Amino acid sequence: MANKTEVKAEPGKQELYIIREFDAPRELLFRAHTEAGLYEKWVGPKDMKMSVEKMDAVAGGSFSFVHERGGHQYKFFGVYHDVTAPERLIGTFEFDGLPERGHVILGTTRFEELPNGRSRLVHQSVFQSVQDRDGMVASGMERGVTEGYEKLDTMLGTMIARTHAAEK
Amino acid sequence: MSYAITQSRRLDATFAALADPTRRAILARLASGDATVNDLTKPFKMSQPAISKHLKVLERAGLISHIQVAQSRPRRIEAAPLKEATDWLENYRKFWEEQFERLDELLEELKLASETETTDTHKKKRRKKNGK
Repeated sequence: MANKTEVKAEPGKQELYIIREFDAPRELLFRAHTEAGLYEKWVGPKDMKMSVEKMDAVAGGSFSFVHERGGHQYKFFGVYHDVTAPERLIGTFEFDGLPERGHVILGTTRFEELPNGRSRLVHQSVFQSVQDRDGMVASGMERGVTEGYEKLDTMLGTMIARTHAAEK
Repeated sequence: MSYAITQSRRLDATFAALADPTRRAILARLASGDATVNDLTKPFKMSQPAISKHLKVLERAGLISHIQVAQSRPRRIEAAPLKEATDWLENYRKFWEEQFERLDELLEELKLASETETTDTHKKKRRKKNGK
């Protein structure tokens, strides 16, 4: 697939961007973000079971969904602030599993129309602190990579880097 | 989560060290080979103590180390923390890419569904969804 996912997170900032083009009109992209049955099919790490508990995609409505693996549940929830079909979604987002409440993320997702029935997604997440952002990125990394492979990868990466440095 | 926290602290140090343009220039110079404080002072309009201060920050972040060669202590770039700083974002990017590839498939299904649909839009969509 030629469509590249771009993530922008400048050091020391409280925001990050996710940008991606799709070979489908934005109306469908919008539906895939706002209909529970569709959202369930693509969101979450692939080795976890994803269930949407609630998805009331209207301004003031709320959502919650759960990722599950081996008896462990990871719940996320939030409130929709603005739902403008098919172009924009603004809302809050929070991970239920943190030791303290209130690490809320403000998310804005824009669905831009492109020629030939294509579209572009531009998502911005604004975090309450740089630490919140970096922690989220690091936990996404943990979730996204299988543990065994992750360790092997880090080990190999360090070894390769050391070898290169030593050769210089 | 503890792995993420330790890693996050390490990344803080890396990013803080990288936030300064002089320190980035020093790293760029060291990427092409080891260099002494004298070598590193020349290209900058700065005193040697000022350069030494920057070197200390880089060393504390683990981005460089020094080696003992006769009378001089050339500085050397350490690639591992830099690699971690780039991997950090790259793995998060891959996490999203994997989800978006699934979304691509779903969008293809939705496109087909909307092309074949004629009148009773809603019912057909339901059936297609449940049949999967």
